Amino acid sequence: MTDPGFLEDPEATAAPTRPRPGRRTLARRSARTGTRIPLALLLPAIIGTAILVLPLVGLLIRAPWSDLLVRLAEPEVGQALRLSLITASMATVVSMFFGIPIAWVLARSNIRGRSILRALVTVPLVLPPVVGGVALFLVLGRRGIIGSWLYETFGFSLPFTTAAVVIAETFVAMPFLIISVEGALRAADARFEDAAATLGAGGWSTFRRVTLPLVAPGIAAGAVLCWARALGEFGATITFAGNFPGSTQTMPLAVYLALQNDPQAAIVLSLVLLAVSLATLTLLRERWLTRA
Amino acid sequence: MALIGAALLFLSACGGDDTANSTDGATSDLSGPLTVFAAASLTDVFIELGETFMAQNPGIEVRFNFGPSSGLSRQINEGAPADVFASANISQMAVVSEAGNADGEPTVFVENVLQIAAPAGNPAGITGIADFANADLTLAICAPEVPCGVAAATVFEAAGITPSVDSLEEDVRAALTKVELGEVDAALVYVTDVIAAGSAVEGIDFPETLEAVTSYPIVTLSAAPNPDAGQLFVEFILSEVGTAALEEAGFRSP
Repeated sequence: MTDPGFLEDPEATAAPTRPRPGRRTLARRSARTGTRIPLALLLPAIIGTAILVLPLVGLLIRAPWSDLLVRLAEPEVGQALRLSLITASMATVVSMFFGIPIAWVLARSNIRGRSILRALVTVPLVLPPVVGGVALFLVLGRRGIIGSWLYETFGFSLPFTTAAVVIAETFVAMPFLIISVEGALRAADARFEDAAATLGAGGWSTFRRVTLPLVAPGIAAGAVLCWARALGEFGATITFAGNFPGSTQTMPLAVYLALQNDPQAAIVLSLVLLAVSLATLTLLRERWLTRA
Repeated sequence: MALIGAALLFLSACGGDDTANSTDGATSDLSGPLTVFAAASLTDVFIELGETFMAQNPGIEVRFNFGPSSGLSRQINEGAPADVFASANISQMAVVSEAGNADGEPTVFVENVLQIAAPAGNPAGITGIADFANADLTLAICAPEVPCGVAAATVFEAAGITPSVDSLEEDVRAALTKVELGEVDAALVYVTDVIAAGSAVEGIDFPETLEAVTSYPIVTLSAAPNPDAGQLFVEFILSEVGTAALEEAGFRSP
């Protein structure tokens, strides 16, 4: 679902250790003139690519192309697509707001229990999303630990709302951002931050003026992963937010339900989601690269 | 007869002595794994019946794959190595039959009807199907794409109600989970699900439910790796032992 080219970019995955102008062109050139790929790497790379790409080829072959435009014109499809894009983007923003500070704490601070914290915040990666959805109910549902207070005090119930979709997607996708940003922070040269500190910059100022620009590519890569994961989220969403067209039915939910009685429609919907996400990532990449 | 049969089964299950089996005519020389694809709503009762069946036929190891009938029919048509298919509706059985994957005519072995499920104590005071038109309540039904959603639409039409629900669940178990957690005031599920949920869920009857009776057909599959054991299992489900267990789980005999 993510654009591999985007992540392949050396600056996207590993933060620059020496962010000086001209480094990009150097990196580009060395990648291009790179010598022969060793066979021991080439073979697994080819097979690995096949594993990732062949299912997509299957979708493309079985797709009822003649139906594609008709399906696209259906209001339900547009509705689900719009909801998916909005909620995934909101989940990414929320994940960045909370996830970047978590990543900073994991990479830079030396508070005790850091490894436990890291394990805890990555739990959603291994938890089956449906279980994650039930867990969200237990905390935020109208009988949940926090949710019951919300419900009794304000008469507000979170499940079955668009906000619940964003929460479910954030729960599942934020770990991807945290891990990416933490990796970028660890790879970044902390001496720049030390220098800023010796020059009198406070902690917040150093973070904002030095650390953030330094790991911006890592944050961008993490945000893309996070967005892609949120866009494809199914289990936690359908459990915690339910499924109702217009308010909580995102594309993956529409795809799953279409699969129940109309597999052809499900393929078309999957391709629509795929095309839109690829187009979005490509466009973002263009803008991001030309701006940088 | 059924009582004697059940008693024999019980004895053989407890004693672990195989000699009892050879006397009741069951072909206990059959062996190997037996793969049964069954609708999710059959989960509890089929696991129980599977134990009994394996006690009766010690050489056979029953493996279940429970899921939505539509998913199972798709897996079968894609070549999943299954011996028996028990569907929660006629249409998904037809999907398998029309693809030429059913061995012979499917037999309807039970029927199921919808019931209103409310959290224990029925806090919202649900009394009947008309409450599903109340926009102030938090309600769930199955999505129109899945069989329980089709049945729900039928009973709403029969009752002359336009439902106002908050979620169209992907399957009946998902709807039930939300009732068990108390996150919805009521959901429309099968009567067997209400029984399986135990004390966490309260069932509320309504007359229009008889307008949407769901039939469960069972069949052995033409690509079955273990067809004789499959046939034996189907006969066992249709036997009095099978029927009794299914009725206890809330299913109706056809």
